Amino acid sequence: MAARVRALETILTQKGLIDPLAIDAIVETYETKVGPRNGASVVAKAWVDSEYADWLKRDATAAIAYLSYTGRQGEHMQAVFNTPDTHNLVVCTLCSCYPWSVLGLPPVWYKSPPYRSRAVIDPRGVLAEFGLTLPATTNIRVWDSTAELRYLVVPLRPAGTEGFTEDQLAALVTRDSMIGTGLPLATEAV
Amino acid sequence: MSLRELITHSRGVPADGDTPVFAEPWQAEAFAIVVALHDRGLFSWNEWANALSTQLKRPDALADGSDYYHGWLAALESIIATKNIAGKEDIDDLAAAWQRAAHATPHGKPILLENDPDRS
Repeated sequence: MAARVRALETILTQKGLIDPLAIDAIVETYETKVGPRNGASVVAKAWVDSEYADWLKRDATAAIAYLSYTGRQGEHMQAVFNTPDTHNLVVCTLCSCYPWSVLGLPPVWYKSPPYRSRAVIDPRGVLAEFGLTLPATTNIRVWDSTAELRYLVVPLRPAGTEGFTEDQLAALVTRDSMIGTGLPLATEAV
Repeated sequence: MSLRELITHSRGVPADGDTPVFAEPWQAEAFAIVVALHDRGLFSWNEWANALSTQLKRPDALADGSDYYHGWLAALESIIATKNIAGKEDIDDLAAAWQRAAHATPHGKPILLENDPDRS
């Protein structure tokens, strides 16, 4: 595999289609700079600032770009807000479309066939695999990502966090809680 | 691996519950090449998602997703062939040359294509 990628890189460089230095820079960015902390700061801001939350609901692409997290693929973002009655879950049944700009690259399970095929058919069963059991009265909405539209789940703000700063709140927001396969950490866990 | 095992595995890794982004360096390079070619406008992200999906939906795809970047690389090769940039044979030949060069290069020296003994 390594030799094949090397061969591709050689051909594309010779044809002037890629620059090896730019390739290194992209790897560096995704390995170290882009990750779920970006999304956590978006969620924390929405928790403390109701105007920002409204904006995020109306036009997530712009509200997220305002915090300087912009997608490379020109994709649109939609923020889906959990409520006491509705829990949101994100999947990409087609391949592995994922909101890279706010969550980094997807975890292994997100790309796996069982998650991609089961999340739509049996969301409750999938959540149970993650150790997340929701009340039978809670609706689960599943959002299927595409190349053009990616979703960010805004979980409910945990109880007992009155007076927390944005940074303290962001520390409670896990990656899985923004995909919908988990909840934010409880305050005593911090 | 079942979904539950994949989840457990991803939680067993320290640092924020995140698995390393790439398992091997070639995966990072293949990933970045696609991002760079898209930045250059060679294809739309929609075209890419379709090419990738075709590979990931092959009947021999592994249930644990561990061959995900193999599919990624196959999708990259297919899109490069579609755009008439390079065919499978060009890539096969050059990959073999890289492999010969690697074997012929003394340990600790940088591997260069010029080190391929069969180079014409």
